Amino acid sequence: MRPTLPRPRFPLSSAPTPTEVESLPGPDLQDRYDTAWARKPVARWTRIAATETLGRAVVSSLCAPVIHNRDRIAEMDGPLIFVANHHSHLDTSLIQMAIPRRFRHRLVVAGAADYFFDTRPKAVINAWVWGAIPMERHRVSRRSAIGAADLLDDGWSLVIFPEGGRSPDGWGQAHKGGAAYLACRCDVPVVPIFIDGTDRVLPKGSRRPDPRRVHLSFGEPLAAGESEDSRKFAERIEAAMEMIADERQTDWYTARLRAHAGDSPSMRGPDLDSWRRSWAKPATEIDESAKGLLGRLHRTSKRQKRQW
Amino acid sequence: MTRQYRSRPGLVLEVDRSTAPVLMHHGEQLRLEKLPAGRSRVIYPPEPLKPIDDPDAAIRDALENPIDSEPLRELLHADMVLTIAFDDISLPLPQMKRPDVRQRVMEAVLDIAAEVGVDDIHLIAALALHRRMTEEELRHAVGDRVYDAFAPRGQLYNHDAEDPDGLVLIGETDHGEEVQISRRAAESDLVIYVNLNLVSMDGGWKSTATGLSGYQALRHHHNVHTMLHSKSFMDRENSELHTRNWRQGEVLREAGVKVFQIETTVNNDLYGDGALEVLGKREWEWSARDRATFIGLRASLDRMSPSLRRRSMQGWRAPYGLTSVQAGEVTAVHEITTSNVFDQQIVPVEGQTDILMFGLPYICPYNVNSIMNPILVHCLGLGYMFNMYRGRPLVREGGVLILSHPTEPEFSPVNHPSYIDFYEEVLTTTTDPEVMERDFEKRYAEDEWYRHLYRTGYAYHGVHPFYMWYWGAHARSHLGDVVIVGGNPEAVRRLGYRPASTLADALEIASDTVGHQPSITYFKNPPLAMADVS
Repeated sequence: MRPTLPRPRFPLSSAPTPTEVESLPGPDLQDRYDTAWARKPVARWTRIAATETLGRAVVSSLCAPVIHNRDRIAEMDGPLIFVANHHSHLDTSLIQMAIPRRFRHRLVVAGAADYFFDTRPKAVINAWVWGAIPMERHRVSRRSAIGAADLLDDGWSLVIFPEGGRSPDGWGQAHKGGAAYLACRCDVPVVPIFIDGTDRVLPKGSRRPDPRRVHLSFGEPLAAGESEDSRKFAERIEAAMEMIADERQTDWYTARLRAHAGDSPSMRGPDLDSWRRSWAKPATEIDESAKGLLGRLHRTSKRQKRQW
Repeated sequence: MTRQYRSRPGLVLEVDRSTAPVLMHHGEQLRLEKLPAGRSRVIYPPEPLKPIDDPDAAIRDALENPIDSEPLRELLHADMVLTIAFDDISLPLPQMKRPDVRQRVMEAVLDIAAEVGVDDIHLIAALALHRRMTEEELRHAVGDRVYDAFAPRGQLYNHDAEDPDGLVLIGETDHGEEVQISRRAAESDLVIYVNLNLVSMDGGWKSTATGLSGYQALRHHHNVHTMLHSKSFMDRENSELHTRNWRQGEVLREAGVKVFQIETTVNNDLYGDGALEVLGKREWEWSARDRATFIGLRASLDRMSPSLRRRSMQGWRAPYGLTSVQAGEVTAVHEITTSNVFDQQIVPVEGQTDILMFGLPYICPYNVNSIMNPILVHCLGLGYMFNMYRGRPLVREGGVLILSHPTEPEFSPVNHPSYIDFYEEVLTTTTDPEVMERDFEKRYAEDEWYRHLYRTGYAYHGVHPFYMWYWGAHARSHLGDVVIVGGNPEAVRRLGYRPASTLADALEIASDTVGHQPSITYFKNPPLAMADVS
C-alpha cells in the first residue's frame, strides 16, 4: 500500500455535491466568476514565471514527459483550441509545458465551474496558476460559452478537455460538444492531443503521485468544414484522438490504415461494469528510465500484468 | 437584512460512495451517519416557502372575506356570547418566535369584537387531555396584551376536560359515538377556533371535536381500532381518526354549535438564517462557517449535562413564517389549509423501502418544555414519523424501522405522572395496545389522583400514555421489527424493541428480518416533511 496523505473528513472538509444535485451558485462563483484579472500583465507574467520554473520542475520530476509530433503544429499561428483526453490533474501542466511558447504565454484553460470555481480561494488559485476560466459541464451555459469565445476572438488559445472531467477508470469518456462548438463559432483550428500515462502517475482519487514516464502526442490540426455542424465536427475530433491513441500503441501507418477503415480502437473501452472496465485496462510497463528525484525513488509496480 | 428564500422542493438523494455522512438528530444531540452506498437514499425536506409579506393584512383579509361564511364582523353583535378557542402548547414544534400566529389572529379578531362592542368573551386553550399551559406559555401563545386583558378576570383559561360542570354531552353520532364539548362553547352564540396547522393531521373538526372535548368523547376515536384503520392519520381521506371527528363535528353543527374556523399554516423555517441555519441545510451546502458551527454545537451538546442540554434545545424559538390564513366554514377552510400544508411538506418518493430510518429530535407535541420519555419516543417514531406518508407507508409491510434516540427512562413527574406508572406497570405486563386498552385503560382514565393532577397541576391526563401507545398501533402492526440506535437498552427492550449501539449494528440486527441487501431510506427531519409514496 502506498502511504497517502491524511485527508480531513466531513465536516472538517466540505462534503462533495452529489452529481444528481444542482449546486448552489455563489454570488460570483462558478461560471459567474470573472477571471479577467488573471490575464492582466502582473498576474500573467508571474504565472508564466512560475510555470516556466517551478511548474516545469515539478512536472519533470513527476512524469518526465516525452513529446511526440510537435512538428504538426510548428507552422500554426494564431489562436488554437487544444483538446486532450483527461486522466489526471497533471494533464493541464503537461500540455502547458508541451505546447510552443507562442501559444503557452497566451493560453487559457477551461476548468469545470462546479469543481475549480466553487469557492473563492479555489477560483483565485486556479485562475492565477493555470489561467483557468470557468466552463459549465453539466448544463448548457451561455455565459461559459460566450466567455471562452470572446477570449478566442481576442487571440487567446484554449485548452479544453472534451470528456468533461478526469476518467474514473483510465478509459476515455464520451466527448461533450463544447470544443467543437467553439471551433465552429470562432473559426479556430482544433489540435487533438493524446496523453498516455498520467492515469498511472496521479489518477483520479489519488492524493500521492506515483512518478513514471508519460507520453504526449499531438495530432494534425483540424478545421471545421464549411457545411460541417459542431456535432459532426465533435465526432471527427474524437476519431482523430482515437487515431493518435492508436498511433501511440502501434505505428503511424497502421493507425492511418485503421482510421481510414473506421477500425481505430475506441478509447472508451469495453462496455462492461465498472470493475471489469478497470480490470480490462492494460497495465503499463514500468519505465525505468523515468527521470526526476521521485522517479528514482520509485521501485516496483504493485499492479500485476494480466493476460487475456 | 431580508431573509432570502430559495424554496427548493424536497429531494430524494441516492447514496453513493462519495456521499458524505448525513446529519441525524439523536434526541438533544446531533450525529453524522454514513449510510451504505448503492442501496440507501435520503429524503430531504423541502425548503421553507416564502412567507406572506404582511401577515396582519392577510389575516384581516381572511376575516373580511371568509370561505362559505359571512364576514366575521357580521357574525358578531354586542350582546352575544363569544368563545375563542385556540390550539395549545403542542403546536407548533418547536414554539415559534414572538409574535405567535395565534396572537396575531386573536388580536385581529378581538379588534373587530371590540369595534362591535362584544363584552362576553372567553378565550380557551383547547388542550383536551393535554397538560394545562403555564402563564408564561399562554402569554407566549396569545401575547401579553390579550393575556393581561382577559386572564386576570378569568376569561382566559385552559380547557378542563374533567370539570363535571364544564362539559356538556351534545349527543351521539349515527355510529354511537358520544359528542361532548365545553359547556361554554356549547352555550356560545359563536365559537371562533384559532388554529395553527403544522401538519395535515391538525385542524378541521378535529380542533373543536377533540380540543374542547373530554374522555367520554375522545375514547371513540383515540383508540386502537381507529389507529389501526388510519392509514395514515396525516391523510384525512384515509384516516379513521378524522372520519370519526368529522362525524362528531356534524353532530355539533346539527346541535347548533356555530363554529367560525380560522386556520393558519406556517413554513418549515425552523432555524432561520442565524447560527443554527446549518441544521436546516443539506450537507454538501455547508459552508466553512456552517461546519465550524456544527462541530462546536455537537461538541457542546455532547458535553452538557442532560438538563442543561434539554433547556438549551427547548429554549429555541423557530422563526416560522405565515404561509396562509383562511377562515370560514370548517370543512371548506380545512380543505385549503391541508393543501397549503402539503405544498410545504410533500416530497414525492418512488416505491417503498425495506428499512426506514429516522433521527428523532428532542421534541414532540407532548414534551414541550419537558422530558421526552420512552413512551413519547415510541409515539414520535411509530406514531408521528412513521405516519408522515400519503398513499402507501414508506416502509414495506414486514420492514424494519430504525430510530436514533437516547431513550432514557427519564420522566417528568410534574407533566407525565401517569406515564411513570404506565412504564412500570403496563409495559412490564404487555406491549400489545389491544390488551392495554382492554385491561388497563379505564383504570388510568378514571384514577382520581391523575385527575387531580391534570386539573390542578400541569399533568397530562391519566389516560394519555395509552393514547400515545395507540398512536403507534398502525406502525406496530405493519412493521417486522423496530431497532433504536443509541437507546438505553433496558428501556428499549421494555418498549418491545431492539437496542443497537451503532447504526451499523442496527442494520445488522435488521438483516435478521429483511435480509442482507435491504433497501434503506433515511427520512431526514426536522424540518417536517411528508412522503407521497407512489
